[in-house]
Amino acid sequence: MTGLLRVENLHVRLGGSHVLQGVSFEVAEGSVTALLGRNGVGKTTTLRALLGLVPREGRVVLDGVDVSGEATHRIVRRGVGYVPEDRDVFAGLTVAENLQLAVRNGHARYADVYRLFPELEQRAAQAAGTLSGGQQQMVAIARALLNDNRILLVDEPTKGLAPLLVAEVASALERVCAQSTVLLVEQNLAVVRRVAEHVVVLDTGHVVHSGPAHALLDDRERVHALLGVS
Amino acid sequence: MSTVILLAITGFGLGAMYFLVASGLSLIYGLMGVLNFAHGAFLTVGAYATWYAETKLGGLPVVPRFLVAALVGLVAGGVFAALVELVLIRPLYSRHIEQVLVTVGLALCVSALVTAIWGTDPRFVALPSWTQRTTGVLGASIPNDRWIEIAAAACVLAGLNLFLRRTRYGLIVRAGVENRAMVTALGIDVRRAFTLVFAVGGVAAALAGVLAALYFGTVDPQRGTSLLIYAFIVVVIGGLGSIRGTAVAALAVALVQQFANFYASAGIGDLSVVLLLALVLLARPGGLTAAAAA
Repeated sequence: MTGLLRVENLHVRLGGSHVLQGVSFEVAEGSVTALLGRNGVGKTTTLRALLGLVPREGRVVLDGVDVSGEATHRIVRRGVGYVPEDRDVFAGLTVAENLQLAVRNGHARYADVYRLFPELEQRAAQAAGTLSGGQQQMVAIARALLNDNRILLVDEPTKGLAPLLVAEVASALERVCAQSTVLLVEQNLAVVRRVAEHVVVLDTGHVVHSGPAHALLDDRERVHALLGVS
Repeated sequence: MSTVILLAITGFGLGAMYFLVASGLSLIYGLMGVLNFAHGAFLTVGAYATWYAETKLGGLPVVPRFLVAALVGLVAGGVFAALVELVLIRPLYSRHIEQVLVTVGLALCVSALVTAIWGTDPRFVALPSWTQRTTGVLGASIPNDRWIEIAAAACVLAGLNLFLRRTRYGLIVRAGVENRAMVTALGIDVRRAFTLVFAVGGVAAALAGVLAALYFGTVDPQRGTSLLIYAFIVVVIGGLGSIRGTAVAALAVALVQQFANFYASAGIGDLSVVLLLALVLLARPGGLTAAAAA
C-alpha cells in the first residue's frame, strides 16, 4: 500500500490561536484512517486545512502531487469527497438539487447512492432543510459518493444523531469504507472500531499517536490517556 | 378612483426601476457578501452608453435607434460590472472595509468622469413617440413608458427566476447564498458564479438606466446614486439575497412613496419610505423574506 495522502508539517493559525502545530501523517490507499482526539484539538481544522478551506502552511501531497497551494475546488476535483461536520446541506435546495450540485462530471453514481440510501430517492423533491438529522447526514454522505473520488474526508458523521440513526449511518459508513480510501474524524469509538484500520491521535495541535486501530482501541489505559474515555 | 389608478400604475413603474437596481444588489450581497456601492455606477454607464449610442445612430428611425442604443447600454453595463468584479472586487474577497472603500470610490469616480466629459446638465434622449403619449385606464391617463417599465421588470423577474431555478449556475448561486464555502468544497469554482452575478446585476442596473431615461426623458450623472439609495432600502426591506422579497419590497416602497407624496405633500413620500424601513426592521429584522436567492 502507498500513501495516497501525505500531510507534512501542517500548521494552521486561526484568530491568534496556533491550532495545528506541525501535524504530519499519511493515509494509505484503500485504507480507512481515523483521526481521533479530544474536543478542540484540531481534527476538523485538519480536514478543512487539507481542502484549503482555512489558511495553512506545510505540505499536502495527494497521489504524489503537492496540492498545498491549490484552491479548494481544484483539490476536490482531483478526487476528494468531503462530508463536513454538521452536514452543511443546502437547506433551501431539494434533496435532488443538493445531489445535482455535487455532480462533477456526467458520470454521477446515482444508482449506487440510491442503493445505499433508498430514502433519498423517495424524498428527492423535499427541501433538505426539512429532513431529519439522519436524513441530512445521508445527503451529506451521498454528495461525496456521487463522484469517483480517490479519497473521502468524513467529519463526525454520527455527531448529534439519535442512537438508532447512529447505527444506520454507521452501517452505511461501513459499506462506504469497504470500497474507498477514507480519512474519518469520529468521536464514537464503536464506529471507529467497526471501520478503521489505522488511527492518528491529535492533542493540542500535535500528532501524539499513530498506528493500527485495534492496537490502540484494545489498550483501554492508552485510550483513556489519549482520548479521555475508557 | 382615476387618481388612485394613476398613482398605483405609476407607482408600479417606479417600483420596476427600484426592482431592477435592487435585484442585482441583492444577489451580489446574498452570494458574495459584497455591499456594492458602485451599483449605481452600472446604471450610469448603461444610461450614458445608451444616450451616446443613440446620438451616433442618427441615420436610423427613432424606434430601432432607441432599441439598438438600449442594447448597447445593456452590454456596456454588463461588461463594466464583470470587469469591476474581476479587477477590483476579486482581490478583496473577505476584506469588507476595503470593498466598501473601493466601491464608494468607484461610484464617485464614474460620476466625476461622466460629469467631466459630458457636464452636469441632463442629456435628452430621443424616445419613440408612443412612449411620450398616454393610455386611458378607467379614466386615468397612464404615461405609456410606465407599461414598458413594468413589462421589463416583470420579464427580468421571470428571467431571474428561470435562471435561478432552471440552470446549473442558478443552482450554484442559490447554494452559494446559503453556504459559499461548502459550494467550493463540492469542487465548484464559485468565482465564476461571482462574475456572472455581477454581470447579471450590471445588465439589470443598466436596464434601469435605460428605463430611467424613458421615465425622465434624460440621462443624468447623479441618477444612479439617487436610485441606489432607494435600492438599498428595497434590498433591506425585501431580505438580502431574496429576489422575490426584492420585488415585493420594490413595489411597496414605490407605492408608499407615490401615495404619500400625492396625499400628504411632496417630500413626505421619502420620509414614509424610511418609516416603512424602520417598521419592517422592527417587525422582521431579516427583511420580508429569509435570505434565500429565490
